[in-house]
Amino acid sequence: MKAHLSRRYHFSASHRLHSEEFDEVKNYEVFGKCNNPHGHGHNYTVQVTVSGQVDPVTGMVCNLADLDGFARKNIVERFDYTNLNTLECFAEKVSTTENLSIEIYRIFKDFTAAHVERVHVEETSNNSFDYAGNENPMPGTI
Amino acid sequence: MIFLTRKAEFSSAHFYWNDAWSPDENERVFGKCANRNGHGHNYTLEVTVAGDVDPVSGFVVDLKQLKNILEREVIGVYDHRHLNLEVPEFAKAIPTTENIAIAVWNRLDNKIPNAKLHRVRVYEMPDLFADYYGEL
Repeated sequence: MKAHLSRRYHFSASHRLHSEEFDEVKNYEVFGKCNNPHGHGHNYTVQVTVSGQVDPVTGMVCNLADLDGFARKNIVERFDYTNLNTLECFAEKVSTTENLSIEIYRIFKDFTAAHVERVHVEETSNNSFDYAGNENPMPGTI
Repeated sequence: MIFLTRKAEFSSAHFYWNDAWSPDENERVFGKCANRNGHGHNYTLEVTVAGDVDPVSGFVVDLKQLKNILEREVIGVYDHRHLNLEVPEFAKAIPTTENIAIAVWNRLDNKIPNAKLHRVRVYEMPDLFADYYGEL
């Protein structure tokens, strides 16, 4: 029996939305206050959804301790209390939450104990982003 | 493809009533929601759009622009209004949470540049919401 499991993690980071392809005026026009040269920050929430067959012995899709350990090492410790713009993954990409969602999905794809269905990243209580890879997710699953 | 969700809130009055039915039938089906004096809710709207990330800006859509579209097309029309009496689409359709989700979809469909409307979710209260994905 296949089931889906979702777990939420939190980290706090700063960033600045800025593209080297735009001049100063255009950067401000496109990114507005997010282009503030000194940066600003968010409390991000990451919700990962994994799926798999429920193990008949443990009753689990995967051991939560394994998922937590993976997320702590590869997501929280990597992003928490950092400036996203200084990280290698944003050296050539704007640190929008769209791009952050794609990066977090890419990282979670190395988790092998269950199938990673999608990631959901909340930048503020009003804005959130979902990424499920390039395949179109089944209708109703996002 | 990335799915981006923007949340907005509106507070409105409404009641449930079908003119084709007797008052008894309305009360039987709709219960306290059939009170013609109306009642109200703080609604939360979540609009999800789908699109590809622009390689230069890193955006699917400009969030500020999306916020302005929601404000112009929905919040400005519904907020602090009586849905049955003041919003044209509910002159005939009963303003249930389901019908509000469909009406919001119709107001927003094809109005968001560079992205496709994917889902409209309307919370009537934190424990009750309706989703509409357009005609699947």
